[in-house]
This record gives sequence, C-alpha cells and structure tokens, in this order.
Amino acid sequence: MPPESEEAALTPTWQFLNPVPRGPLPTAPEEAPQPEVELTIDGQETSVPAGTTLLHAAQRVGIETPTLCYLESLTPVNVCRVCVVELEGSRTLVPACSRKVEPGMQVQTDSPRVRLSRRMVLEFLASSVDVSTAPELQAYMEEYEAEPERYGPPGPATAADERDNAVPGHHAAPAGDAAHTVEQPVKIDNELYIRDYSKCILCYKCVEACGEDAQNTFAIAVAGRGFDARISTEYAVPLPDSACVYCGNCIGVCPTGALMFRSEYDMRATGTWDETAHSETDTICSYCGVGCSLTLHVQDNEIVKVMSPLESDVTKGNLCIKGRFGWQFMQQPKKQAEETQDDAQSLD
Amino acid sequence: MDLHLTSDTPNAAEQLAVDRVLEAPDSGFISDAHFISGEADAPAAGHAARANRHLLLPVLHAIQERIGWISPGALNYACQRLTVPPTEAYGVATFYALFSVQPKPPVVAHVCDDIACLANGAQALCTAMTERFGASGSTDLDSNITWHHSPCLGMCERAPAAMVTVAGVNPSTTVLAPADAAKLAQTLADPENTTKASETSFGVRSVPQAGSDELRLLHRVGRIDPDDLTSYRSADGYQALERALDMGPAQVVQEVADSKLLGRGGAAFPAGVKWQAVASAEAQPRYMICNADESEPGTFKDRVVMEEDPFAVVEAMTIAGAATGCEKGYIYLRGEYPLALERITNAISQAREAGLLGPSILGHDVSFDIEIRRGAGAYICGEETALFNSIEGFRGEPRNKPPFPTEVGLFGKPTLVNNVETLINVLDIVLEGGDAFATIGTEQSTGTKLFCLSGHVGRPGVYEVPFGTALNDLIELAGGVAGSGTLQAVLLGGAAGTFLTPEELDIPLTFEATRAAGTTLGSGVVMLFDDTVNMQSVLLRIAAFFRDESCGQCVPCRVGTVRQEELLHRLVAEKTIGSVANEIHLLNEVGQAMRDASICGLGQTASSAIESAVARMGLFNGSKH
Repeated sequence: MPPESEEAALTPTWQFLNPVPRGPLPTAPEEAPQPEVELTIDGQETSVPAGTTLLHAAQRVGIETPTLCYLESLTPVNVCRVCVVELEGSRTLVPACSRKVEPGMQVQTDSPRVRLSRRMVLEFLASSVDVSTAPELQAYMEEYEAEPERYGPPGPATAADERDNAVPGHHAAPAGDAAHTVEQPVKIDNELYIRDYSKCILCYKCVEACGEDAQNTFAIAVAGRGFDARISTEYAVPLPDSACVYCGNCIGVCPTGALMFRSEYDMRATGTWDETAHSETDTICSYCGVGCSLTLHVQDNEIVKVMSPLESDVTKGNLCIKGRFGWQFMQQPKKQAEETQDDAQSLD
Repeated sequence: MDLHLTSDTPNAAEQLAVDRVLEAPDSGFISDAHFISGEADAPAAGHAARANRHLLLPVLHAIQERIGWISPGALNYACQRLTVPPTEAYGVATFYALFSVQPKPPVVAHVCDDIACLANGAQALCTAMTERFGASGSTDLDSNITWHHSPCLGMCERAPAAMVTVAGVNPSTTVLAPADAAKLAQTLADPENTTKASETSFGVRSVPQAGSDELRLLHRVGRIDPDDLTSYRSADGYQALERALDMGPAQVVQEVADSKLLGRGGAAFPAGVKWQAVASAEAQPRYMICNADESEPGTFKDRVVMEEDPFAVVEAMTIAGAATGCEKGYIYLRGEYPLALERITNAISQAREAGLLGPSILGHDVSFDIEIRRGAGAYICGEETALFNSIEGFRGEPRNKPPFPTEVGLFGKPTLVNNVETLINVLDIVLEGGDAFATIGTEQSTGTKLFCLSGHVGRPGVYEVPFGTALNDLIELAGGVAGSGTLQAVLLGGAAGTFLTPEELDIPLTFEATRAAGTTLGSGVVMLFDDTVNMQSVLLRIAAFFRDESCGQCVPCRVGTVRQEELLHRLVAEKTIGSVANEIHLLNEVGQAMRDASICGLGQTASSAIESAVARMGLFNGSKH
C-alpha cells in the first residue's frame, strides 16, 4: 500500500514507549509446609518435616554422617553405603542419604553394626582403590579405624585397556595372596583433564553430573559388571571421540581426584603442586551474561584450577568449558598477550 | 537430546536386525546410504523414539543373534533409532554375559561348571573342551567356534549341561543335557543341523512323580500336550480364569489373601499383601510381571513348569492381571531357557487367538495381554527392581527400596511381581477357595512346594510335596543318596541358601522351621553332595559365582564378593594371613557387611552358603577337606 503522504512515509510506524513499570521480581511459589514427623536418633527425640532424609534429620540433632556418593546437587544413588544407619525393625541397615523419615523411627547412627559396616566399606575401597588424593575418605578411615592391609598386599596393576575389555560374568580365579585392585594406567587423551581410574570409587557422581543432573551430555556411563564395573565412554573411545563437551562438571563432583585438571595432574607429577600455598579467589566469569560464580585456585600467582561453589544459586557448582578451562589468557606474560592480540587483529 | 555418535556405521545385516525389532524406519529416515554419523539429528528422534527405550534389550538381542557380537556401528544405529546415548547403551550391553561387544565367533558353547554340574562331571567336559578349542574364552576369529564356562544353566536334573548359541540368519539356542564331549563337539561342528529346542525336551523325566494323583501344581505334567490349548483345556485348563472373572477382582484378591500364600521366589513375601496393594493403588497404568528369570544355581522348577505346563503360567498371569487391574503383563524369561521360551511364546499366541488374552477376555470387560522379555545372562535381573531396570532398557541394577514395587515399580507405576511357582498356585486357590488352600501344609506355610533335587540323589528332578515334609523324607522320595552312597552335605535354598550336614536332615521343610534353624528354603534347591566331593571346590565356585554376578553398584557387594573369594582361596591353599581363625573372623566380617549394607538380596545373601559351610561343617578346622 503506498504511503498516504510524504510525511507519513518518513515517520516510522513504531514509537518508543515508556518502559513497563517494574513489578516485584518473580519468586518461586512457596512450598506447602510439610507436617512434622517425630523420630528418635541415638536416643534424642526430634521432629523434622516429612520428606526429610535421615541424613538431614541426624544433622539437625548435631550428628554428622559420613558420605561419599552423596552430593546436595545430585540425585542420591545410595551406592557407597558408608552412610548406613541402623533402623529398628529393619533387617538390614539403611542408607541415611536417601531414606526418608517415618513417624516413630528409632535410628542408631553409631551402633557396633553401623560402625562395622562403615569400617568394612572404607576398607573395601581403600584396599582396591588409590585413595591418596581423597582426604575426606582418609579422614573417615581414621575415624572408623579402617585397616585395608587386612586383605593382603595390593595386587599387580592391570594393563591399559584390560579393565575396559573385561567380559561380564567371567574373571580369572585369584591366587588370594594379594588384594585385587583397580590400578591401571592414567587415561590422558586431551589437554584439559585426565582420568585416573585407579582412584575411582564408582560413586556415580560424574555420571550424574554428565547426564541428567546437570549437563545432559551423556558422554560417560557405567559399563561392565561387578568388580569390573567402570566409568566408560562407548567402547572406551578417547574423550575427543566421545560426546564430552569439556564442561568439567565431572571434575567438580569427583570426591577422590580420579578426575583432575591437567594443570593439577602435571604439577603433581613434577612435585610442584602445593595446596598449602593456594589462595582461593571468588569472582564472576566474564565470558557471557550468565554471570557464573568462579573460585580461582591460585598458586604462585598463577591460576591452577577453577571451581564453582556448590552453594552458588547461579551455577550449583556447574560451569562450561570457558569458565572452567578458559583462563590461560589471564596469565600469559604481557608481551605474549600483546602478540596474541596482534595476531588476532592481523587476521581481521 | 542431541546424540553424539562415533563415525562407525552399521552394515546391512546389522541394520536389518535392528529394523526387525523396531520396524523399518520412516521414509526419509536414515538408511544404509544416509546413516548420519557424528551429530545424529534423526527425523524420527524426539519423544516418540525416546519412549521406546524399553526396546533396547530386544534390539541388542537381535544384533547379538544375527552377528554374534555388537559392533560400534550396530550400537550407533540402535542408539540413533531409539535416541539412547551410545555410552548408556554400551553400559547396558556390557552388563549381560550373553552379549559381546568384542568380535566373537558365531558359534559359542556355554559349558556349565556350576556346583550341580561340578558334582556330575563338568570338569571332564571342560578339560575336553580346552584340549580341543583352547582355554575358556579364547577367541580365534578364524574358526567360527568358541566356548566358555557358564554359571548354572538350570538343567541340574540332567547334569552336566551345555548350551550352544549360533548367531546368523537363522539363529539358534540349543541345550545339551546331559552333555558329553563328543555330542557337544558334533553340535558345534554342524550348527546348521542342531536339534531344535523342542527336540531336547526331557519331558516328564524331569518330574519323576508325574502322573501321581497327589500332585497339585504338577498334576498336568505328562498328561497334556504342552503345545496344545485344547489339551490344556481338557485337563481343567482355564476353569480358574472363568471362575475368577465370575467372582470379580475383589473376591479373587481376598481368596489369595485368605490362602496365606507366600512368594516362592525366595523371599517368602505374602502374595495377598502384594495383590491388595496393587489392586488398591491409585496410579494408572499398573503392570503385572511374572518373574521367570530363574537363575539361582541348582534351581530349575520354574523352567520345568514353563516347559511342561506353559498355559498354566499364562492363565495364572491373566487372573493376576484381571484381579489387580493390570492390562499389561510381562514375563521376564531367563535367556538360557530356549524351550520354555518356545512353549510360552506358543501358549501366549494360542491364548490370544482363542480370546483368552487381549480385549474383553471371555466376554468380560477385562483386557490383559502379555509380552515376553528375555534376559541376557544376568542373575541379578531376577531381583525385582533390577528386573524393572532391565525391561526399561537400563542396566540391571537394583533400585533402593522403599518405594516398593507395588507403589513405584515398572516405568514408575504400581507393579505386581510374582514368581512362576507362586502364580500357578493361584489357579487352585481360585478353584478351591483360599481357606481350603490354607488347610494344606502348615499353619504358616500353606500349600505345596516345588523342590529341585540334584547332585548325588537317586532320581534328580522337580518334586512337589506339602509344606512340613521332612527333608530326609523328600530325599527318600527322590531315591535317596546316590554317588558313593554316603552323604557329605546338602545345599538347601541355592547358592544364597545354606549347607546342612547329614545330621540335620530331619528338619521340616517350612518357611518358619527353616528360619528358626538358621537356614532357608530359598528357591527350593536341595542339592546333595556325597563324600567324594571336594567341598572346598564347591565353596570356591559359589564365591566365584557371586563375584561374577554382582552388579557392581554398591561397595559392600562389589568389593566384598572379591575379598570373600580371595579369602577362600587363601584358606584352601593354606596361605592365610595370620591364623586360620583370624581369616575366618575376617570372612565373617566381610559377610556381615555384605548382609547389612548391600542394596539388594544378592549381596545380602552372597556369604550365606559359604559362612554356613565354614560354621556347620567346620570346613577349615582341619576336620574335613
């Protein structure tokens, strides 16, 4: 349709409007208050909202429960069994991390049965896995007087790929003179992080972080069965051939150092890693508008790894490849940085 | 979900195998030429494809049966069709012993070396196989044959047993029992002419009591043609269903509750409680599952029932479904039972044709149908929640309970799970009434029980006796002690059960009496060992079994089963760390932690038989070797 007049043709058909006045910020709907449930933990009567786990109920009466596979931000898988507690009327012990309170429960968190199971779980792990970079687990071992050496000296390391090719339902008979372990060569197949499955306690956290609980990438899953169960890509292909997007969220949740920044791994290899000399600086990632919280771990004025606080409302501990690994530019010497900039400009 | 696939592509045979299960892809979907590697934005992806994840296990079976192993290209194609991340599908494929993710010859002999076969010449068979084909599991891709050891194949009444699987255009699974080296070699050399499953039927010889008027659960065995619905109906078949439909669901559930029927799968949970819970659940749909994944070493009763009276299982499932408001039933059948599969498949299709399955059964406003799901070599999948995961296309790892299956079961819906033997009891309960049923057996253990007698017993097979029968009377019924004639031990309840000494045989076979005596009826295993058997070897085999069959999910079972096996090897080799007493103490602590802290029944019972042998038989006190 032709414009009615020249003036009209020059007048834009849209106008600037005053911004809509800002209302209150949207908030999540309030959760209906849950009825209180009364139960007894180690002789202390307490009352907690329905739906609370025994882990949190115990916390409220000041009882700390050891956990390994549990993390606030992940769905409980209750596989490590170090959090088991004794529940009156139950044939077996129950996992505190996922068992919800019920009225009248009588719970023992430090009975001889509980202590034995926790001790055995810790001995089972420490006798089969390298726990040298798992300080939390080591502390539990001390608390529960775990003696992993009761099962004999550690057996020989497995060859590269040996565990990856294990056949379900079959294993070689053991000699019994040594404790079988998961020791194996470190998987180094990319520049950003390494996978040292000699240190893996199979807590499923990395699988959950890679999958439905955070990243929805599904690059890794549990493969195999029994003691041969392992974290793996399809057909154990190297990470660059897998679906991995290098968000590093698996590293963020790993409790034993099996998944480690390449920077940390290399420094540990050369003996320069020194946590006592670390400072931690909280900042905001500058890459995009999301504003993820970062905690920079700095040693000798250089960033050595980047984490995000679990408590952060923005990240819940998760980051992307840029926030997690894209910090090298920060610590290039000034001249080199300028050269990089020049190179970048000359490309334009 | 964006799938990321490796560059491996499927060949035509692999694609066809997958398409047979999933039907050919829509036009415009990937084909041989268009298979998209790398990022897989398949047109048929999305919710519809993801909703088919439960077909992953059947798809993996199809590839394995056609090719003999599951290649990266085949897995990629399956993943693309189902929108399953390849790493998860790989996790599922590597969970099952009957699948291989490495190239493997198409003809495979699975030679049972489990405890019942071990007592009946399995060792000689394995030695012959090693001499001929090399060590167990050795793969020579130039030859088309390989062999390996197998856990119990559930053929214990005619041990030693072997199973031959042949992959190809016409795949086959054949069971040889009793197997000898010559017959096995002949079958392997000429797989085209392998006998069909039905020709391997042992028929009534598996049920020495067949034809006796005292039988209730087994009364049709040998009297009917298991492949013929008319024959089944002429022997009172489908009268119970008619009766149940006339009674209405509430009354049927009440009769089952009144019968005080306890589950026969091993846990002895009151069936009526389960039925009531599912029938009164609010969520829809609900599912009915017949657990036919019988894998407990020494157990073969469910197999014999399915082989000899398959319509009874189908009828009982239909009653269960109708009574609890389930319209969909699954029968999860052990992968190693080809004849049972053939007969149940036939029974379902004949029942469907006759209007006994499907919509408006027998003219009533009741609809129910059954789908068969085959296991793939994983003992753990007999655990009900592991079974759910297996059907849903996930790894067969047990779930934490609560919530219980009657509330949150298969696909997150209320689910009724009953063992084969439990279900066929329902036929009599409906026909006679729960109260009449409850008069058989004892006060707390009502009805009759099927027992699997094997090992050194006169006439091995499935026996049916009322609860309360003494163990030694049952053994007499089965022809007494065979072999050397001198009994050393009886394994009661299976590998998850306990050993009894010859002095303990007067025990009445009831749930309550066995519990009081610190033992269990388990799955009804009664395995006899004469005094020539090296019991230490038997214990080592049981320990190896649990180490192999642990799913690996929880620490107590995953590592505990390994430490238990190592400990036994040290005790047997007399290379203990510290004193023997010290090692036995450690063995008991390992057992205690597995029993107390494992997620499921596998870990909780993995030390049971071993600890009982050490305690009751004094196996490592120098008294017996």
